[in-house]
Amino acid sequence: MKIEELNRESEMLYSGHNACPGCGAALAVRYLTRALGPDLAIVLTASCWSIISGMPPLTALKCPILHCPFPSAGSVGSGVKRGLVAKGKPDTTVVVLAGDGGTFDIGLQALSGAAQRNEDYIFVCYDNEAYMNTGMQTSSATPFGARTATAPYPLFKAGQKKDIMQIMAAHSIPYAATATVAFPEDMEEKLKKAKKISGFRFIHILSPCPPGWGTESADTIQISRLAVNTGFFPLYEIRDGVSWEMTLKPDRSRIPLKEYLGAQRRFKQMDDRRIEILQEEVDHDWECLMEKVNTAD
Amino acid sequence: MAFELMSGSQAAAVAVQRVGIDLVAAYPITPQTAIVETLANFEAKGELGGEFVSVESEYAALACCYGAAATGARAFTATSSHGLAYMHEIIHWCSGARVPIVMVNVNRTIGAPWSLDPDQGDSLSQRDTGWMQIYCANAQEVFDTVLQAYALAEELLLPCMVVFDGFYISHTYEAIDVAEKEEVRRFIGPPGFEAQVKPGSPGNTHALTTGENQLLLVRNRHETMLRAPAVFEEINKRFSDIMGRSYKIIDYVIPPGAKTVFLAAGSTSETVRWALPKLNNTGLIQLRMFRPFPAGQLRSVLAAHDVEKVIVVDRNCSTGMGGIFAQELRSALYEMENPPQVQDMILAGGVDLTFEMLEKILIPGPDESRTEDKWGVDLK
Ligand SMILES: Cc1ncc(C[n+]2csc(CCOP(=O)(O)OP(=O)(O)O)c2C)c(N)n1
Ligand code: SF4
Ligand SMILES: [Mg+2]
Repeated sequence: MKIEELNRESEMLYSGHNACPGCGAALAVRYLTRALGPDLAIVLTASCWSIISGMPPLTALKCPILHCPFPSAGSVGSGVKRGLVAKGKPDTTVVVLAGDGGTFDIGLQALSGAAQRNEDYIFVCYDNEAYMNTGMQTSSATPFGARTATAPYPLFKAGQKKDIMQIMAAHSIPYAATATVAFPEDMEEKLKKAKKISGFRFIHILSPCPPGWGTESADTIQISRLAVNTGFFPLYEIRDGVSWEMTLKPDRSRIPLKEYLGAQRRFKQMDDRRIEILQEEVDHDWECLMEKVNTAD
Repeated sequence: MAFELMSGSQAAAVAVQRVGIDLVAAYPITPQTAIVETLANFEAKGELGGEFVSVESEYAALACCYGAAATGARAFTATSSHGLAYMHEIIHWCSGARVPIVMVNVNRTIGAPWSLDPDQGDSLSQRDTGWMQIYCANAQEVFDTVLQAYALAEELLLPCMVVFDGFYISHTYEAIDVAEKEEVRRFIGPPGFEAQVKPGSPGNTHALTTGENQLLLVRNRHETMLRAPAVFEEINKRFSDIMGRSYKIIDYVIPPGAKTVFLAAGSTSETVRWALPKLNNTGLIQLRMFRPFPAGQLRSVLAAHDVEKVIVVDRNCSTGMGGIFAQELRSALYEMENPPQVQDMILAGGVDLTFEMLEKILIPGPDESRTEDKWGVDLK
């Protein structure tokens, strides 16, 4: 997309918000509000975005935001959607916005409950792979090998990243998709698709975080693109938990994972052996994904 | 007017159905289950009038109510004991967010060990969360208080907890006067409080604020809650005009010349009320509203009747300090010129209050001025 093709009218993120320069989470929300607006209500849980949204009476978004306690987002979303319907406003799109901590960890129970009830809203997880708001502590979305404030050098995150998409697929929700900021058209298409579907929808957005990942703020898009092109973060969608489809198929064989890891200081302590472990994991996940994609059609 | 036989739990559920509810979200726990089941039965028959959400935890139940109330909808949940404790974070959040949710808590002991008897420690440990709390003594009070609680909460934009004892009230069947929907409608219309989530208009609701601003919010919440007794009186006037029944913040029977009164909340107040004719010249103060604490009213009643001693029935205990109602009363009496003595009768664990206990605690000890607190076990 060219800059002049942007429809400024549909922008819902105001300038002057509180995100760090190059914040992937800010970009993600900019794209998602543009795709889902203007009749939009956001339920926002504790995360970097609680800060990015600004201090009242200021606000970063051109739509209502309702803040909620950290573990509660999935349940508050149910109440807001059902409340709006009761109040005669069934057409407002309700989005629950949470970080990886608010999704994979402390918010998982509420998320699972809402998904199982097939609540009629879109749950968006912007995944920066750690608790960034509190200073880059390990979450269950942190990838193997990354250094965090709770796994400082020479330590590193020992377990693998939790596969949230499989968990969501197991709930047989109508729609789930992955997206990332380097591919805004892909993200927009998925969000618009999601908007047309009713029931529970889940969007998992990989959102690079320059201070947390140890990257330059100008490199956010490059890092996000590498995550996709190395197969570390594949772009796909799942319908009804069973129909898996790639939306973008990179030629992975050309770019080794090492290139993605080497561009981020959080992986600095990774030696060749650990890189190989992670590469094998990524290869394995890719094969599993391909199997699901192929059996789906 | 229609008398029906129902338990306290059913009375609560029927009141919720009559009040016109938009959303019920709940999770089962003994002894609250009959409330959830009765509401689910209304839903099954298409008579609930709102949505019933079977959530995965009490935390989710109240969080769901919070979301609904933020859109201006009328929401309800009910819980007990561990369920209430599990909600703690969001209980605070709801009062800070000023959403007028009504929640029933059926008193039950919190473990360990597992226990089912009606200790009041579950609701009393939510004392400082910014919710109003009203304690009910029978099924009729439960029915009427749920209706009044919505009127009060929506007028003040503060959540309200309606509390009653497990089993003694929740599972006991009584003939109660159940107002029909039309009658209830005359008392309370559909919710008219302002929505916080307004589609089409931006708002950064309950986002990060400064300590200074928080102080103003806390003061506002506190001062608003202190208006509850006056607002309750207006609401009750309207209520009694329609229903023919009337309630007070504190209800008392003090025979002329009585020097000793019991102070009790919930079903123990009914026990004392029943026993009064058999107890020599003794009175009762039934504490109905616990938050806001009616300190001024208590002082006036005690002073006007020259009460010399208050025996507090505390079916709870704050370990390291004692019964909670007694503590609150003692602190309220600090400002009184000739305060009565306060003696605490601690029935923690939710043990039953018997006539023998009441008789025994009234027998003066060797030293007439003794006001030593007594444990239920020592009064058997
Ligand atoms: C119950 C509770 N525990 C801890 C916190 C502190 N806390 C606030 S945000 C946060 C981390 C959020 O991480 P994530 O969801 O990944 O969002 P991010 O900050 O990375 O955007 C934590 C631990 C809290 N607000 N509530
Ligand atoms: S710490 Fe990371 S996620 Fe948080 S605002 Fe900064 S760049 Fe964005
Ligand atoms: Mg995070």
